[in-house]
Amino acid sequence: MSTLANKIQEVFNEPGCAKNQAKSGKERKKGCTKQLQPGGAAGGCAFDGAKIALQPITDAAHLVHGPIACEGSSWDNRNSSSSGSKLYRTSFTTDLSENDIIFGGEKRLYRSIREIVEKYDPPAVFVYQTCVPAMTGDDINAVCKKAGEKFGKPCIPVQAPGFVGAKTLGNKLGGEALLDHVIGTEEPDRTTPYDINIIGEYNVAGELWQVKPLLDELGIRILACISGDSKYHEVARSHRARAAMMVCSRAMINVARKMEERYGIPYFEGSFYGIGDMSDSLRQIAKLLVERGAPDELIARTEAVIAREEARAWRRIAAYRERFSGKKVLLITGGVKSWSVVAALQEAGMELVGTSVKKSTKEDKERIKEIMGQDAHMIDDLPPREMYRILKEARADIMLSGGRTQFVALKAKMPWLDINQERHYAYAGYEGMVELVREIDKALSNPVWSQVRTPAPWDEVTWEQRADEANAAVAECEAKAPSPCPSPARGEGTSSQRAQPTPSPLAGEGRGEGEAARCVAGEVAELPILPLERAA
Amino acid sequence: MAKVVISKKACTVNPLKMSQPIGAALAFMGVKGCMPLLHGSQGCTSFGLVLFVRHFREAIPMQTTAMSEVATVLGGFENVEQAVITINNRAKPAMIGICSTGVTEVKGDDVDGFISLIRRNRPELDHLPLVYASTPDFKDAFQEGWAKAVTKMVETLVETPAKGARRDPERVNILPGSHLTPGDLEELRGIVEAFGLVPSFLPDLSGSLDGHIPDDFTPTTIGGITVQEIAGLGRASWTIAIGEQMREAAEALERKTGVPFRLFDRLTGLAPNDAFIAFLAKIGGKPVPNKYRRQRSQLLDAMLDGHFSFGGKKIAVGAEPDLLFAVSSWLSEMGCTIEAAVTTMQSPMLEKVPANEVLIGDLEDLESRAGECDLIVTHSHGRQMSERLGIPLFRYGLPIFDRLGSAHRVSVGYRGTRDLIFEIGNMFMAAAHEPKPDDWRLPRGDVHENEAVTAH
Repeated sequence: MSTLANKIQEVFNEPGCAKNQAKSGKERKKGCTKQLQPGGAAGGCAFDGAKIALQPITDAAHLVHGPIACEGSSWDNRNSSSSGSKLYRTSFTTDLSENDIIFGGEKRLYRSIREIVEKYDPPAVFVYQTCVPAMTGDDINAVCKKAGEKFGKPCIPVQAPGFVGAKTLGNKLGGEALLDHVIGTEEPDRTTPYDINIIGEYNVAGELWQVKPLLDELGIRILACISGDSKYHEVARSHRARAAMMVCSRAMINVARKMEERYGIPYFEGSFYGIGDMSDSLRQIAKLLVERGAPDELIARTEAVIAREEARAWRRIAAYRERFSGKKVLLITGGVKSWSVVAALQEAGMELVGTSVKKSTKEDKERIKEIMGQDAHMIDDLPPREMYRILKEARADIMLSGGRTQFVALKAKMPWLDINQERHYAYAGYEGMVELVREIDKALSNPVWSQVRTPAPWDEVTWEQRADEANAAVAECEAKAPSPCPSPARGEGTSSQRAQPTPSPLAGEGRGEGEAARCVAGEVAELPILPLERAA
Repeated sequence: MAKVVISKKACTVNPLKMSQPIGAALAFMGVKGCMPLLHGSQGCTSFGLVLFVRHFREAIPMQTTAMSEVATVLGGFENVEQAVITINNRAKPAMIGICSTGVTEVKGDDVDGFISLIRRNRPELDHLPLVYASTPDFKDAFQEGWAKAVTKMVETLVETPAKGARRDPERVNILPGSHLTPGDLEELRGIVEAFGLVPSFLPDLSGSLDGHIPDDFTPTTIGGITVQEIAGLGRASWTIAIGEQMREAAEALERKTGVPFRLFDRLTGLAPNDAFIAFLAKIGGKPVPNKYRRQRSQLLDAMLDGHFSFGGKKIAVGAEPDLLFAVSSWLSEMGCTIEAAVTTMQSPMLEKVPANEVLIGDLEDLESRAGECDLIVTHSHGRQMSERLGIPLFRYGLPIFDRLGSAHRVSVGYRGTRDLIFEIGNMFMAAAHEPKPDDWRLPRGDVHENEAVTAH
């Protein structure tokens, strides 16, 4: 465990991270992960993050060392696409039983690796540590070392048991496993002055393939994508690239930075989302390659491709700009997509009413401000109540978010589009922007919205009306009262009871603080939210 | 009589099994205003939550005690207490259902003890029922977690009726196994009510996860049986348990309240539904309504129309014990052969499965045994095997994440069985073999050895 503790400390101490650099030594030691609140936490664990980061290595076997919970309910649930091997979609787990807990699971792990090598013959086996064997003290490093020697296959221990932190930490710990055991362990057959790495891109819904044809045309070779649609040997040989692009701003900065340090590969941080960002990224790639010795003419060729593709994309998007004018979009997402999608949607003529910056770094937030001007409606951890109200008051025509918040929009009968990990559509590059715009148009113009919003002929009062009345009551109360009004309490009534949103004067003395401030009596519709994301 | 075999492999490949805690959490989701709480690392909750969201296409209430490494080593009392307080403040639940996980069980957290301490220290939480089920991930499977949670709800929430208290002859408790869908429960409610009986389902996913637009949005479950209704289950005249997994809960309820129970090991197929309907007619004291006589007749007709397609078909089934038993028994009654049967854990039902062998194993095992089959029956994770083998997949069980309406598939009752015949029969018909000129070619060479010609 001490090596794992050191590793986490090291990851927290990432010099490539500007946010980290701004901290004092003491703060830095505490790490980046916010202390999770029991009963109020959301999101995946470190193991989840490590698996997200590494599983897109398509021809490797990914073996989860733990009880069934870690793999049994989550396997084959991500949309990372492969152009070749499908082995990454085969699930391997030691499925630890009570005996393994009592007597130790190392033997089972070793035998599992042997079975995988014999049956599936992958180029490498990644072994993921989880909470239970981390508690009981299974030494997966030792097992991997022994199995690797015995079977002549790289066996890579991934030390990211769930309880060490959140998903983003797991992304980085997955990257550390690559740095320690994979990158630089093999040599490529040949290199070219046009070799790049793309770091932190997972080829969700095949997005890498919306970008790759452009690179192909320019003669730029992806030596390794870490890790979308990659093969093990590509990652092992990635240290010979001339330049690198880091895609997801927080996920794998440690990989990009350490590869620069160890192998002299310069990197830049860029995005494939949005036309402007895509063009900038191509320019940056060309510039870095030329700086590293590629012929100058690459820059002119790149500009020609950018000009042609931008014009082509704009032509196709222009068809929608008119339909989108005046339409407002509420964007709830974390990390890289916040700032890159903002620009993209504005290009399509939409107006933003807010964006979540939960997972975004400080730099992300700065970028959003830059792009949206000082008026940007910055929403850190937007409470679902607010989300719902924005939608209800039609300040937004459509909501874009990850799968887990979709019901806020759908149950409120509002158009919604999935833009996170589990999405099925690809939105990268010039093609992706056209696709995103087409999908938004499809969602907005679908005829179901007017139908589902029509109340049943016999409904005297719809829940929407009750919700509106309740919200109005809160607003009225807020206007009157100096102290902030609390959230309406959850009503216990049934559909047959009509709401009585009587704004009452502040209750008298003798009551608890919470009670005294209560402005709204009667039934109030609550939010259709996922409790995990609910704010107090 | 099937022989029950346990896989000898060290490595599970393509798991069929899911873990106990999320089975227990799903059972808690059948209670109105409930918040299930997994005592473990946040990933334990997040994986389960995503799974249910994908299956039901609904917001899923599920929380975590968010155990860190340090908290795990030191013990999780503070985390459990803080989680309960936070959930109570934010979600105002009617109940919190707590499930342990592998990591807190390995540490040996005494959650029952934690709850007593919370009760002692926090009288302000007296109104809030806390039900705890011990569900380590490294034992048993989903179905067992569900069963344990129901048993614990019975033990914790049901009140023992006063001596000599009169039972309500119209009231019937129904304890459905985890293999029944919200649609199944809705179907059963209709059937039971047709006999003048008033059913209470514990748990009742048909109120919470049947995919409706709620009247009242809450961060907890949006429907299900209320805590008050659970308390009053002792007033019923009968308990009907569906699936062997519910035996323990039914016994616990009988022990506590004296309400007798009848267990139906399945409700798919003709004979089990005849027994079910006859039982309802008996306890309801009413003749069988015409509606169900007619549905029975429709089922007979569907069996007659469908048996051409089902007869002689070879099936590979991967499912939890009670579902495996139900679907395999019914398929064999339609003339199919259960060529391969794989399940997740031990159960008295396994040897009753109409197959030579039932393997406690994974989907790799099923795939290696399904090569000659006409149909694979398992959850959505069978999709890769189906593609590789070129054999159609009937998605059945949980999770079904790549098809719509999994909460509404009905396969109980006469009508549910009838529709299942149509659905699977259509798959057989779609995959029917087109005759080719060479199909009946005369055997070459040693004719006699090939005499046992296989039918096309």
